[in-house]
Amino acid sequence: MRWIWIDRFEAFESGKRAVAVKNVTLAEDHLHDHFPEFPVMPASLMIEGMAQTAGILVGEARNFEEKVILAKVKRAVFRSLVRPGETLRYAADIEQITESAASTVGKITIGDTLIGEVDIVFSHIDQNMSGLQFPEENFVFTPEFRSLLNTYRTDAGQRISL
Amino acid sequence: MATMTQEEIFDKVKTTLVDALSVDEEEVTESAKLQADLGAESIDFLDIAFRLEKLFNIKIPQDELFPQQIISNPAYVENRKLNAAGLAALKAAMPHADLSQFEKNPEIDKLGDVFTVGTIVRYLQTKIAR
Repeated sequence: MRWIWIDRFEAFESGKRAVAVKNVTLAEDHLHDHFPEFPVMPASLMIEGMAQTAGILVGEARNFEEKVILAKVKRAVFRSLVRPGETLRYAADIEQITESAASTVGKITIGDTLIGEVDIVFSHIDQNMSGLQFPEENFVFTPEFRSLLNTYRTDAGQRISL
Repeated sequence: MATMTQEEIFDKVKTTLVDALSVDEEEVTESAKLQADLGAESIDFLDIAFRLEKLFNIKIPQDELFPQQIISNPAYVENRKLNAAGLAALKAAMPHADLSQFEKNPEIDKLGDVFTVGTIVRYLQTKIAR
């Protein structure tokens, strides 16, 4: 199973804002356990979807030179259940960004309905206060993750006629 | 902003810490230590600094509120304790902190105790007055 919880970017404004969509489908195994006969998108995975949307936004703002790690979920509020067949929209805004960290605010919607709000603090871990060393390779932004951004930058989101 | 009283600053800091650390208002006293008493972890300092920047409309350079560069400087540390030069540098870098207890036994592992609610309030006072 691949740990990618957004399907494509719908909007991307460098250093400011990103919007990603996620289609919820019964092809995802976990929905059959969460819960049997009553599949519901887990809130924890919506937090992950927002973290990926906002994390790529924060990473791109520094040209993917920093290792951007979710440091803290400041706030996570959910207002309604999400069922298979629905399309989630994760909208993340950078609130603050410094050499060592960034904070983002995020809204999750389906159509016009507000599903949840997730605010996150990210750390640029190579700039951490305790001076810990991490591997040089950027293990956060693998080519697989970076290619997600291509869904916005190229025409990948457009319909291709046959 | 320049006209804010110490009490007003304290109230805002209290609200910030209640939100950031999920502690009760009563726990946030002037002398409460962020780590030992309020359970703050290193990552919370980033969060708190961001919240204060936004609330007070100021910039908080990482080295200003928490002068990490001093304890990571080998010239200032002997046997995990700050030497005289290190203490002098710390005093100069943290005029807002009450270092009287720390000075008696300046083990760097104990430096966390210096970060009380009062330290933050005094730091913000000097910052806003500037």
